[in-house]
Amino acid sequence: MNPFNYIARKLRILFRRDRFRADLDEEMAFHREQVERELIAEGMPPASARIAAARQFGNTTQLREESQAMIAFPWETIAQDVKFALRQLRQKPGFALTAVFILAIGMGVSVAIFAFVDAAVIQPLPYFEPNRLMDVAENGSMLHRSNLSREDYEDWKRLNHSFTSIDVYGGSGYLLRTPSGSEPVPAARVSDGFFRTLGVIPMLGRDFRPGEDHPGGAKIIMLTYGTWMKRFGSRSDVVGQSVTLDGTAYTIVGVLPREFEFAPRANAEFFVPLLDKNECEQRRSCHNLFGIGRLRDGVTIKAALDEMTAIAAQLAIQYPGSNKGQGAVVEPLSEIIVGPVKPIMLTLLAASGLLLLIAAVNVASLLLVRSESRRREIAVRGALGATPARISRQFVTEALLLGMLGCASGILVADGTMRGLTNLIPKATASFMPFLWRVGFHWHAAMYSVCIALVATVLLAATPILRLSFLDVRDALSDGNRSVAGRFWRRMGANLVVAELSIAVILLVGAGLLSKSFYRLLHVDVGFDGAHLATVQMVAPPDSYAKPEQQVALFREVSRRLSSLPGVESVGITTDLPVQCNCNTDWIRVVGKPFHGEHNEVNERDVSPGYLPTLKARLVRGRLFTEDDDASKSNKIVINEEFAKKYFPGEDPIGKQVGNGNLDPKSMREIIGVVGNVREGGLDDELWPTEYEALYQSPGKFVSIAVRTTGSEGAILPTLVKAVHELDPNLGTYGESTMAEQINTTQSALIHRTAMWLVDGFAVIALVLAVVGLYGVVAYSVGQRTREIGVRMALGAQRSSVYSMVMRQASWLTVAGVAIGVACAIGAAMLGSKLLFGVAAWDLPTLAAVSVVLGAASLAASFLPAHRAASVNPVEALRTE
Amino acid sequence: MKRPELLPGTLDMLILKTLKRAPLHGYGIAQSIKRISDDVLTVEEGSLYPALQRLLLQGWVKAEWKMTETNRRARFYTLTAAGRKQLGVEVTQFEQMIAAIGRVLGEA
Repeated sequence: MNPFNYIARKLRILFRRDRFRADLDEEMAFHREQVERELIAEGMPPASARIAAARQFGNTTQLREESQAMIAFPWETIAQDVKFALRQLRQKPGFALTAVFILAIGMGVSVAIFAFVDAAVIQPLPYFEPNRLMDVAENGSMLHRSNLSREDYEDWKRLNHSFTSIDVYGGSGYLLRTPSGSEPVPAARVSDGFFRTLGVIPMLGRDFRPGEDHPGGAKIIMLTYGTWMKRFGSRSDVVGQSVTLDGTAYTIVGVLPREFEFAPRANAEFFVPLLDKNECEQRRSCHNLFGIGRLRDGVTIKAALDEMTAIAAQLAIQYPGSNKGQGAVVEPLSEIIVGPVKPIMLTLLAASGLLLLIAAVNVASLLLVRSESRRREIAVRGALGATPARISRQFVTEALLLGMLGCASGILVADGTMRGLTNLIPKATASFMPFLWRVGFHWHAAMYSVCIALVATVLLAATPILRLSFLDVRDALSDGNRSVAGRFWRRMGANLVVAELSIAVILLVGAGLLSKSFYRLLHVDVGFDGAHLATVQMVAPPDSYAKPEQQVALFREVSRRLSSLPGVESVGITTDLPVQCNCNTDWIRVVGKPFHGEHNEVNERDVSPGYLPTLKARLVRGRLFTEDDDASKSNKIVINEEFAKKYFPGEDPIGKQVGNGNLDPKSMREIIGVVGNVREGGLDDELWPTEYEALYQSPGKFVSIAVRTTGSEGAILPTLVKAVHELDPNLGTYGESTMAEQINTTQSALIHRTAMWLVDGFAVIALVLAVVGLYGVVAYSVGQRTREIGVRMALGAQRSSVYSMVMRQASWLTVAGVAIGVACAIGAAMLGSKLLFGVAAWDLPTLAAVSVVLGAASLAASFLPAHRAASVNPVEALRTE
Repeated sequence: MKRPELLPGTLDMLILKTLKRAPLHGYGIAQSIKRISDDVLTVEEGSLYPALQRLLLQGWVKAEWKMTETNRRARFYTLTAAGRKQLGVEVTQFEQMIAAIGRVLGEA
């Protein structure tokens, strides 16, 4: 048997299929005639001979089909099935549209969320061999991961063998001279090999060369693609041009490619080499940089960590004053970048998966209803000789068709959802989420769509097929046996509805818990009065304000001017606004307490005398700063309650002295007051001890101004900015917003809010689907039992008993659904507990509220069919076919 | 009256053997098998035609339309060289099977 000839013959017959069919018909007709003739020869009358011959010959259609099956390719029957399924759908457009619509929503939302998760978490970082890139940092006793100091970095770079290169980056801001004045722009300072370590090649010009980041080096700068487009009009001749930052001229040497993103410094417009050591970098103990390193081939993360820890320990022995107790941290860079958003991404993925499940179950129950009305068709097919396998294949084809149509429309929905969600994210936040531009319908999302389409298809095909196994041909063909089959159907349909209700409960509980978390988060006690506070950041250009006296004079003048504005109650200046982060810290040593070189880390804030009163922070003991506390007096500080509790438990801290690790005379300062805890760290961070130094005693160039207003704080913002520029047009201002907006746009607030909105949306859709599903089950069941109800009423049952009969059925389903749902919801909440804030996974009020809501919705849904059942006219019911 | 069923898998062999004697149409094949086996073996038409298609596809028989003695048009099947070879193979296999079964049954 030659396989080629075999296929060739099949193909030949394929193209002459009609001829084949005609031939076969003729052949069989001839055969039948011969049999007839034989019977007549044996003595049978011609008429009966013909019938006998036909009967003996058997089912010609089946015969023809079997012969055809011999020569047909397997996919031909599938094509037949598909055509039939399409015709079925066209006949019932309402059903088809509803099913496809529900599937599209479920699949579309799921695919959209997956695309976000893919871009943020799954896709590798856009660098060369990103899994070899490590985040390299120090660690201290209070912070697991803290910045590197410049001198430590240089030693680590020199001494290590685990990395082919270690480079650092740090944030900074500059005043860019523009035609219209000065504009503060965020930037990043990096070591010379930074882009080489990442594997990024500039698309215009050149990279920094080794050695170009040393102090005294040439002032060169690299532009990001966005800056090049925005500020330089995408001109190809920018290389060699000069920009003025902070009054100094920098030469542009290169432009970074479009796809370049670096999440930790996502909003940087310029990249500048480290160059001269700033005030912090001159001290080994001051940490302001973070490191990235590329692991050498064959070196594991653990090995690198061990080596860096050893190097850090070596430095701790060499420089006990600055490095005692400092260790090293080596983690994959992707962890640092992706880590904060992972919990919310995975939670959203799970929630969208639940939504998809509920949509699929809903459509499955729709299919179940339809298969009920096709029972007779199936029975007839069976009688005509179709095997159960053949009929199952028909159902599978229909499910596959629905699945694919749902998937295709789902992809459209996904595309729209992705665009919508991306546009909803506020611009300022979006600049910190560089992965957003990578969100789209790519390879991973396509595979995911196919997977969920297949899963949905399996679910949709399984329901009618399972239903079919309980089918009896005779039962289906006869008219009277409705209630028997109805019982089977009710069982399957009811199970599906219970599943839907459970899923809806899970999503509702999740939504409730997340909403409560968000509410709790926003109402965390911040320790100051956040209403009617306007804020703006200010940058003093270095050429006019290089000396501390100039800076102090500036601050005094700014405070005076702004206080005199109408609508302003008080003005305060600080180095960092509250509710930002536990950062900008200082190491202290308390005079008179035992000290073994440990690093006592506290938040340090330099504030003007008006600041703490402007915030309306609570004074607990002692006094606050006055206008006299300036450089001419000895250094004073105000501490918060946490500081007092930690370092002066049970005693009065007023008058005590605090200094740096060596108690240098210049660093000594006296505690003059204790204030209530103002939350300097993020909303869900811990409370740290904080010391407030007098701004006039230790000024700086970057400050934030807080203004308490009598009227609307939002309306006064432009006036504030104008007043600052009237004082000196070269002063840079940026980030003007109300305190409330500041708090709202912190990372934790954003994460919680996004999670809340999205899961709330899912929960609402799920509730609607589940309630509609319940309505469908109850309504159908009532329809099935119309005759039964008619009989009961004819026999004397009251309307109320009919109501209770129907509602009782609905209540059982609801109770079962809610019970299972609550159990699963608690489990799910425990899994996602990282997103919850101040709320337990088994929060009783939420569970109770969800149960009540679902119970009420279900009662309402079942009331309508119950009402219809009770208004049945017994006579008509008994006549119903 | 229930007739013994044809052993599964032997239909192809019987058809090929029948055609070895002379080319025949479908009805003729069925009649021949029935007659030579003394009415013991009856080929259901429902199995005959699918089997003939199968044999055609494998290239063991070929078919052409000819006129019968009674001047009717019918499709005649002829054994091909490959079919002849296949017949030999199947007969050998069948005889081996029968011998084996016979040995088993022969054991007391």
